[in-house]
Amino acid sequence: MTTLTPEKVPNPAARIARSFVRARETGILVAILVVIAVTTAINPSFLFSGDGWRDLLLTPAILALVAIGQAIVIITRNVDLSVGSVVGLTAYLTGRLFIDVHGIPVIAVFVIGALAGAVLGLVNGALVAFGKVPALVITLGTLYAYRGIDVLWAGSNRINASDIPADFLGLGTGSFLSIPYLAILAVVVMLVAGWFLRNRRGGRELYAIGSDPAAAELYGLKVTRRILTAFVLSGASAGLAGVLFVARYGTVSSQTGTGLELQAVGAAVIGGVAIFGGSGSVYGAVLGAVLLLTINRALPILGIQDFWQQAVVGVLIIGAIVLDRVLALRLSRRLVAEREVAA
Amino acid sequence: VTDVRIPTAAPTRTYPDYSRPLWQRWVLTRETAVIAALIVVAVVASATVQNFGTPVTLGFLLLDVTPILMIALPMTLVIVTGEIDLSVASTLGLSSVLLGVLTKAGWPIELAMVVCLVVGLVCGAVNGFLVTVVGLPSLAVTIGTLALFRGIAVGLLGTTAITEFPFFWQNLAQQRFGTSGIPVVMVLVAVLVAVFAVLLHATPYGRGLFALGLSSETAAFSGVNVARTKFIAFLLTGLISALAGIYWTLRYGSARGDNAVGLELSVIAAVLLGGVSIFGGKGAMHGVVAGVLLIGVLQSALRLANVSSDAINIITGVLLILSVLSPRILGWMRAARARRRRRQP
Repeated sequence: MTTLTPEKVPNPAARIARSFVRARETGILVAILVVIAVTTAINPSFLFSGDGWRDLLLTPAILALVAIGQAIVIITRNVDLSVGSVVGLTAYLTGRLFIDVHGIPVIAVFVIGALAGAVLGLVNGALVAFGKVPALVITLGTLYAYRGIDVLWAGSNRINASDIPADFLGLGTGSFLSIPYLAILAVVVMLVAGWFLRNRRGGRELYAIGSDPAAAELYGLKVTRRILTAFVLSGASAGLAGVLFVARYGTVSSQTGTGLELQAVGAAVIGGVAIFGGSGSVYGAVLGAVLLLTINRALPILGIQDFWQQAVVGVLIIGAIVLDRVLALRLSRRLVAEREVAA
Repeated sequence: VTDVRIPTAAPTRTYPDYSRPLWQRWVLTRETAVIAALIVVAVVASATVQNFGTPVTLGFLLLDVTPILMIALPMTLVIVTGEIDLSVASTLGLSSVLLGVLTKAGWPIELAMVVCLVVGLVCGAVNGFLVTVVGLPSLAVTIGTLALFRGIAVGLLGTTAITEFPFFWQNLAQQRFGTSGIPVVMVLVAVLVAVFAVLLHATPYGRGLFALGLSSETAAFSGVNVARTKFIAFLLTGLISALAGIYWTLRYGSARGDNAVGLELSVIAAVLLGGVSIFGGKGAMHGVVAGVLLIGVLQSALRLANVSSDAINIITGVLLILSVLSPRILGWMRAARARRRRRQP
């Protein structure tokens, strides 16, 4: 954000502190901390027990990965509704790999899963970028198509934990220094994606495309290629999430991942990623995912029947976009006022 | 700037191409293509799939598509204005649960139905308020209300189901006219189709919807009340979704919190397949009806041919993608032909 009048900034530390307080992400972080604090006050084992601490970090990992990819796509003023089906398809692929290829190295499974997701994302991206048709329609189409492929392939087969090597399942529940592996992986992906979006030309251009596609094209940005990249990244992160799903839960059916797309879009929106592109960050999306799932787990402890959790999610999403709207209006009023003072 | 290529897809051609003769403009349309596809699929299915061309199959086909067909009508209005409503299936679920809960509490079912419809209107009003008054994007708002309305439905009933409904109403939802196989409920559907077709194509309100979808600023300057027009469209999706919820409950004899989860995507797929532009400003009711029936016929025929009903998703998906890509591909072919002609004078 640039202001027209140079402000007096005493030192870099204060500046960083101020931008931290002002950041949209801080609000969500505070919300998460409040939820955790209140829930822990009622039932200390929510935080202060081995399982509680682990679930706190582990549960959001898969949704967080999907939300990272979703945020990247939404920033370009597109949307990827096919992620739930991509997760389902790559989860089944992961299971099949373990069954059909004996002794396949775990790292190979991760690579194949992410690549398969990337290919599915490439199909989305190619249809959107070259066909110049709205992503909402294309990815709604591939949501159905990918799920159909999954159902044709899997049929009524289930993949069970007994089909999966124990060391791979260990990855899903194990931890390093009491931080679950899956959470570490999600954080690493988040940091890399965050760095790419903030510091690399390819990342900055995604914001430019999202805030004004026509201007980006006129300016000479490679819009087609960037949008393609965004969808490939979203597909790859969903593919990775599919692999993690198997590690975490061990069972896969042809319905795995159904409905995840709306949760991922919801997480991104709660995290301050504007649905019309051009603003937001993957940090926000990940925090949004954490808030969503932490509230889900907190509700029963707070004495609210867990049947109501979806209603709370809805209120949260609506609250987040109303808040963003209010903040945007205030910002634009302030900028107009500053311009008038300058003139 | 005159020649801006907008990357996120501007509509290829929003206005009728007046250089073509009148009959071409009337006959060679997206809607005709969908209707032709519907006829071809129906004929091929009757000839090749055993038992497809029977009254029993027709009856079940029509009963099955009825909720999608009902909701597709107001959804068309919303999409023509350039907005979208993802919360319809949740409104359906909420209405279904309310019908069950109130009937079980001893209310007369007719009164419970009225309450369901009113609640549907309220759901639509919430969406409409957030979109038109607060000014939020409908995609984000209705993802939120999708979760909210479904959440209330599940919250009210949990995972239990209510299956006790008066025989008269349950029977009415499934009854056919004599041996024709045509369900009685099709009378209601036909009336709704007629009302919405007239509303969209033959009233000032409908013209306003198209104007708004093409450019809401121009529409506002031309005297269209943008907020009110959109608000009414959202009210109608809420109302009809609740009506579909009542039908769903009676047809399957079961009120559950998770009734019709994911139906919103089927509805939108059918509407877009029927030739309504996702950018707004373009579409016709007969195309939408044909789109819904096309998906219904495909599903019914493939199910009879023992293809897994979920695998039919592939066909739905591919059809949807083709339906938006086809104008683009035709445009490329036309451009290529024009280039060739220029090269060989």
